[in-house]
Amino acid sequence: MTGSSRRSFLAGAAVGSLAAATGAKGQAVPDKAITDLPDWSRYLGDGVAARPYGKPSKHEAHVVRRDVEWLTASRESSVNFTPLHELDGIITPSGLCFERHHGGIAEIDPAQYRLMLSGLVSKPLVFTLDDLKRFPRINRVHFLECAANSGMEWRGAQLNGCQFTHGMVHNVMYTGVPLKHLLNEAGVKTSGKWVIAEGADSSGMNRSIPLQKALDDCIVAFRMNGEMLRPEQGYPVRLVVPGWEGNMWVKWLRRLDVTDVPLLAREETSKYTDLMADGRSRRFTFIMDAKSVVTNPSPQAPLKFKGQNVLSGLAWSGRGTIRRVDVTLDGGRNWREARIDGPVLDRSLTRFYVDFDWQGQEQLIQSRAHDSTGYVQPTKDELRAVRGVNSIYHNNGIQTWLVRPNGETENVEIS
Amino acid sequence: MSRFPSVATGTSPHPEPVEGLRAAVQTIAGSSFDKLRMRLAGAMALGLVAAFSATAQQKASDAKPFNLGRAAHADELKAWDISILPDGRGLPVGKGTAKKGEDIFVEKCAACHGEFGEGVGRWPALAGGNGSLKNDRPEKTVASFWPAPTTLFDYLRRAMPYGNAQSLEADELYALSAYILHMGDVIKDVDLEVNEKTFAGIKMPNGGGFFDDDREVAEKTFWRKTVCMKDCKKEPAKVTSRAMVLDVTPDSKTAPRVE
Repeated sequence: MTGSSRRSFLAGAAVGSLAAATGAKGQAVPDKAITDLPDWSRYLGDGVAARPYGKPSKHEAHVVRRDVEWLTASRESSVNFTPLHELDGIITPSGLCFERHHGGIAEIDPAQYRLMLSGLVSKPLVFTLDDLKRFPRINRVHFLECAANSGMEWRGAQLNGCQFTHGMVHNVMYTGVPLKHLLNEAGVKTSGKWVIAEGADSSGMNRSIPLQKALDDCIVAFRMNGEMLRPEQGYPVRLVVPGWEGNMWVKWLRRLDVTDVPLLAREETSKYTDLMADGRSRRFTFIMDAKSVVTNPSPQAPLKFKGQNVLSGLAWSGRGTIRRVDVTLDGGRNWREARIDGPVLDRSLTRFYVDFDWQGQEQLIQSRAHDSTGYVQPTKDELRAVRGVNSIYHNNGIQTWLVRPNGETENVEIS
Repeated sequence: MSRFPSVATGTSPHPEPVEGLRAAVQTIAGSSFDKLRMRLAGAMALGLVAAFSATAQQKASDAKPFNLGRAAHADELKAWDISILPDGRGLPVGKGTAKKGEDIFVEKCAACHGEFGEGVGRWPALAGGNGSLKNDRPEKTVASFWPAPTTLFDYLRRAMPYGNAQSLEADELYALSAYILHMGDVIKDVDLEVNEKTFAGIKMPNGGGFFDDDREVAEKTFWRKTVCMKDCKKEPAKVTSRAMVLDVTPDSKTAPRVE
């Protein structure tokens, strides 16, 4: 572009404003971000020794796990939430995976780590971490969702942000040993029907897992996203129970005890059971039903621009793969099929997008997941009709975001 | 395989029965190599269906061992064997009464759980709420909700007191369990001795209040052949519930409301 034509182009351009319609508009005055040479373009930056274990840019300091202090009595038995609205793709960075502890983080010396196989086995065994690393290894990407994810929303919209309503989920690649190898090594007796997984933390977390599941696809994992497990995710070893509720994925795993009956541990009776309206409770509700959420826009990530926008979200199912996701912008009157992009893996988060034009109108946004078994994510009212409002766990109902004309977005429920 | 497998019997919860097959599909799912995927999946299925058709126990005995790990020592097994099964297996030798448990409770538990087990602040209530499970606001406590007395013993033994786990002796555990059950009106007599022979036989009020996961039956309408995509509602949707009314989100303008 020549100098004169550039000037005439600029003169014809309006000054852009936040709410202005989109388009490749010109600039009335030159952009200093371009005309002024920044320091980073002139001076040397940090050398290779400055950041031996890299961290995100200092400008991303707001991208952190957050907790809801009033939820629990103590932060050692509490939960924080993955900032889903700040992430994209399907892999959760290790340091942003939500935490749920029942007795704080156990800081285990890997040299002192032992895993015991006991109970109804022909040879009770003890493994070191080095022993585990000598078994044949596998890599799997799986979501881990706390059964209580969205549990605060049973009686109505409560928390303003998908980090808080849906952030008890993460998705990483695990490296580890198929649990069946360890069970085979010890030799499960014919009377063995359950495997009680137990943690080495100060809550001694224990959950009963059906033997068939343990032999089918459980993994004794020591790596996440290639690196060793983070301390808050069970370093050095946790159990991976694909598609099943996160509480069963026992962290800091110290023992696998084969039994003929389930233990009826506190976390599978007084917790992680689903109280129905008739006063009875479902137990052993292991599978996580298909679910989805629009992560952008959402209350922590309002719309900022009119014109072309990217709606983004996540879908997952404990029964298989995500086959399809529908999105509505008008509160469920009309739906369109979202565009799924990136890997579609078995019992993994799956990323979807809708590219849409927004002209400042109020919008009621929802997403609806379909999985490979034909299950379709229900509305919250459909769930309440079956389960009442006191079941706490397994709330996979359709989420609604209200986008106001100024772009502000709120967690609501609709008729 | 049924599309609605029973969870309690441990049936695989998803359609692909063979781990190797699923792994093959996962490895290349999302790629454009559909032919390769079909060929590979077919090959994996042929090779692995036979191997996986054996029962769990046969698999365990037939598999070639890797000869890793070492035999557990009897004292090691004992040191970590703190689980209590519902029929009482695992209960340590010992005894206690609610009367003896009260002193332990006041010293080690009441700061969080309250002198009467009512719960201080957001700490869990241990007693009260009997018969409240059908209420709009049910109170789930040991006596009102927990199905088995062994659940209480197992939990106290491994996780309590909070911050000083596995510190209680067998007699203290029996006494404390008896006192907590006494606060919940399950044990009426403060002098009743409970021990390793009698403890598992204590009947809990909500012992019969649980049933195995039946979502695949009770919620079978969530498996749908068709969904509405156009003109699905006659009226425009109206907002019926708003998070901003409650205003309990962290970092919001006003302080979180503590329930």
